[in-house]
Amino acid sequence: MKNRIRFDPMRLGIYTLLTLFALLFLVPVYVLLISSFKPFAEVQDLSRMWLPPKQPTLESFYVAWYGIPEKGLRGLSLNILNSLKLTIPATIISSMLGSMNGYILSKWKFRGADILFALMLFGMFIPYQSILIPLTRVIAAIGLGGTLWGLILVHVVYGIPITTLIFRNYYAEVPTEMIEAARIDGAGIFKVYWKVLFPLSLPGFVVVIIWQFTNIWNEFLFAVTILQRPELQPITVALRNLAGSQIKEWNVVMAGTLIAALPTLLIYIIMGRFFIRGLLAGSVKG
Amino acid sequence: MSQARKERWIAFLTLLPSIILLAIFVYGFIGWTLRVSLSAWDGITPDYTWVGLTNFNHLFTKAGGVSAVRFRIDLWNTLFFTIFFLLGCVMVGLILAILLDQKIRGEGVFRTIYLFPMALSFVVTGVVWQWIFAPGTPSRPRGINALLGLFGLEQLQWRWYTSTESIGPFHVALIPVIIAAAWQMTGYTMAMYLAGLRGIPEELREAARVDGASESYIYRRIILPMLRPITLSALIVLGHISLKIFDLIYTMTGKGPGFVTDVPGIFMFETTFQGNHYAQGAAISIIMLVMVAAVVIPYLVSSLRGEVER
Amino acid sequence: MRVKRSLLILVILALVGVFALSACSAPATPTQEPPPPQEEKPTPPPAEEAMQGEKELEIFSWWTAGGEADGLNAMFEIFKKKYPDVEIVNATVAGGAGSNAKAVLATRMQSGNPPDSFQVHAGHELIDTWVVADKMEPVTDIFKENGWLDVFPKDLIDIISYEGEIWTVPVNIHRSNVLWYNKDIFEKNGLEPPKNLDEFFTVADALKAAGVTPLALGDNGVWADNHLFESILLGVMGPEKYKGLWTGETDWKGPEVKQALEIFAKMMDYVNEDHSALSWDQAAQMVIDGDAAMNIMGDWVAGYYTSLDLEPGKDYGWTPSPGTDGVFLMLSDSFGLPKGAPHPVNARRWLEVCGSKEGQDAFNPLKGSIPARTDGDRELYNSYLQAAMDAFASNPIVPSFTHGAAASEGWVTGISDAMSLFVADLNVDEAQNNLYQACVNAGVCSE
Repeated sequence: MKNRIRFDPMRLGIYTLLTLFALLFLVPVYVLLISSFKPFAEVQDLSRMWLPPKQPTLESFYVAWYGIPEKGLRGLSLNILNSLKLTIPATIISSMLGSMNGYILSKWKFRGADILFALMLFGMFIPYQSILIPLTRVIAAIGLGGTLWGLILVHVVYGIPITTLIFRNYYAEVPTEMIEAARIDGAGIFKVYWKVLFPLSLPGFVVVIIWQFTNIWNEFLFAVTILQRPELQPITVALRNLAGSQIKEWNVVMAGTLIAALPTLLIYIIMGRFFIRGLLAGSVKG
Repeated sequence: MSQARKERWIAFLTLLPSIILLAIFVYGFIGWTLRVSLSAWDGITPDYTWVGLTNFNHLFTKAGGVSAVRFRIDLWNTLFFTIFFLLGCVMVGLILAILLDQKIRGEGVFRTIYLFPMALSFVVTGVVWQWIFAPGTPSRPRGINALLGLFGLEQLQWRWYTSTESIGPFHVALIPVIIAAAWQMTGYTMAMYLAGLRGIPEELREAARVDGASESYIYRRIILPMLRPITLSALIVLGHISLKIFDLIYTMTGKGPGFVTDVPGIFMFETTFQGNHYAQGAAISIIMLVMVAAVVIPYLVSSLRGEVER
Repeated sequence: MRVKRSLLILVILALVGVFALSACSAPATPTQEPPPPQEEKPTPPPAEEAMQGEKELEIFSWWTAGGEADGLNAMFEIFKKKYPDVEIVNATVAGGAGSNAKAVLATRMQSGNPPDSFQVHAGHELIDTWVVADKMEPVTDIFKENGWLDVFPKDLIDIISYEGEIWTVPVNIHRSNVLWYNKDIFEKNGLEPPKNLDEFFTVADALKAAGVTPLALGDNGVWADNHLFESILLGVMGPEKYKGLWTGETDWKGPEVKQALEIFAKMMDYVNEDHSALSWDQAAQMVIDGDAAMNIMGDWVAGYYTSLDLEPGKDYGWTPSPGTDGVFLMLSDSFGLPKGAPHPVNARRWLEVCGSKEGQDAFNPLKGSIPARTDGDRELYNSYLQAAMDAFASNPIVPSFTHGAAASEGWVTGISDAMSLFVADLNVDEAQNNLYQACVNAGVCSE
């Protein structure tokens, strides 16, 4: 088969097209990089907008990270920390719930389990605007208003459908015979999970954790309505505020954008394979 | 027998926390929002006085004044945004997947590049593309306009997302927003198509080749039809995203002059949390929910039913 | 058979939902979550002995840049000198002349998570949104204890009072109806700044002919359109009729409103093409850079110019916006005390700084506004602000609607939506109808 790959105009065309598309996809990255390494004076010079910095500087990253306290400009370092404090617990809790749910729904189907599953799944498609007004009130009523835990609870709850879905599809591929065998040895529901399914779950967990981490890290609507205290804001909200300020230091905004994007981007680059699996699982059938 | 029965119950009980949470947070809250949308709640303090369909009426008829105008524009914008966004993602995604399926050297690199925007937040995408498409002034062009100026293509400069021009009900200011959204989501359709293409057994193509079919014939008559279910899935997933889009447009352009880039998500957010018109916000969100449900529920039902048959 | 079962499940789900909902309205802790880190419980108003405990003060505002941020920091400095142990959390939300901040504030207040004190426009924005909803503590006692009733003008006290109590401490007064202009451009073209709307268009034509953008506008976020429009309204109909718009006495369907809209539409021929991509400060910058000759904007522009080290009368000129000479279109920033503020003792201390002569004289020269008190130290203010102090003392005062003094926030959003459409299509009749409808929806005009 390999021998068939040889030079011909058709293949040259294919590679040219692919490269062209790749360059187009990278345009925003290019702009992001060159702008964030420019000093303020240079980024103001619009004739140089598309040219690389004359003298690359880390100044804007410094400002974006530490802020300028005397000017009331907060740095993003705190917000990155907030996002981590939010994303990590929410990811772990929702993955565990999803794993248990997926196990039950794939291996212990009781009457009506499929209907129940469909009803659960619907929760991941709804426009969150349609639950936002009650949500803010309930979160406040249970004393979690304006706290990270409130937002964590929200992400756990609305993460249940997708994590359940991915695990259900994942466990569906585990042969029923393995479960039967364990049952004959007298294992109950949880023992089967613990002895048979859980040891096989690592790839499933990786997919789900990556997926949830990315989604929660990138989420904006819940964060902006539930958690507005500046010292608790996650990175997406802080970034939007930075970009929405009256006087735009675009080099700082671009540096901030890069900072905000980096964690999920790194995960994607390092663990792309699992990321794609999560992506495909999102289309219900898996 | 009773052992099995007991275990069914344990199974159900294990699910119960999730079921309760979703019952409250999804179905309970939707019901609550529906109730708000039928109320007179207009201000910071809740007011559940029943007003029937008044709030919906104000979104669709002259009685709503500018709200109705705005909402009509929003619906048109959503329609055009959805159409072009879906077209862009599906077509470019399919082309990229087919190209990548030609036993490409460095496929991994290309795939990574096409797909990386998926890992980003809509907020990040919005900020970057806002900067790229910022029009500047004719004397001091910014962004793409500056690039066009560099190549002497001044006649192609226009006002991008600040333009108030429209072709019929289609606001041209949506074009940059659609580009940004497609940039982010095309990788998704590409990945789905690629997975689909890889799932088609090589023997099928070989057999067709043996029968003397040309490559293009194989694609048109054999492969594309097999990808149809994937197209459907992609359309549903992307379609429901575009119907409820908020973060990207809110960050990139906001509602725009004359609502040229406004969508129901932004209207809902502003009227609820800036104008304190809670009942109106609830009504908008219910309409959004109905639109999304119309797309998603048939898909969910058929998808799960198909699974049972298999 | 199958159908029945699924129905059963649905019923169970619904029951569970209803049960859980009712359980929820009682403040229960959720089953799934570890207990939240307990916030400091909102304490009832200060008892002397509680004064020790509070280590924090969170001030919410939309002053993030330029002279505004500098002014706020100057007040923080005064506070810190008095209470060095208290850490100030400067909670700012940028963008949209406060519209973003207001959205954030509303959700915070809704979720029972108020800051200790927040910036709010004095007038209807404060009263209709927050006081009527019973979200504020009165501050009348602070006024009495500090003798402020004698140093704040009575008209202003009236604006911030409701049902016999005072609800907020104004820190400044801004003038909305100011036209800023580039002196060089006017001199070079032998022009005088326009006194009325007719002159405005004569001047604008001359500038256009000379190849200069006559009017800079930065209406990214729409409120700047409202702002321009309120100056035009005032210029067309004068103070009494303008005030009547907000009480229902002046007809929104009348000829003056129509004329104002026509003038607004005509002005759009004279503004910079990229106005909807710019913010107010970028428009103000255009005048300084010589990219445009004039800009109609509130006098925070003076503060912005001061932060650029520009001198009034020398580096830029000003005059009341066309047709509004002798009238002071006013707005006022103020700080209030929300119910349930986590640190009420510090919040009251903060309000005392806000209302003090020292605080106002530290804040206002930097912010580019004049003190709300009548005993400000004139020496500290530049020539523009001194002129504004004089005008404030002598002119009839009318409230700005764009900035919350004249109308409720709900009404202003209605007007904003109408103006947003109007800027795009310049359809006068439709805009007038929409403005009327907004008045009806606000409950002021009757159908």
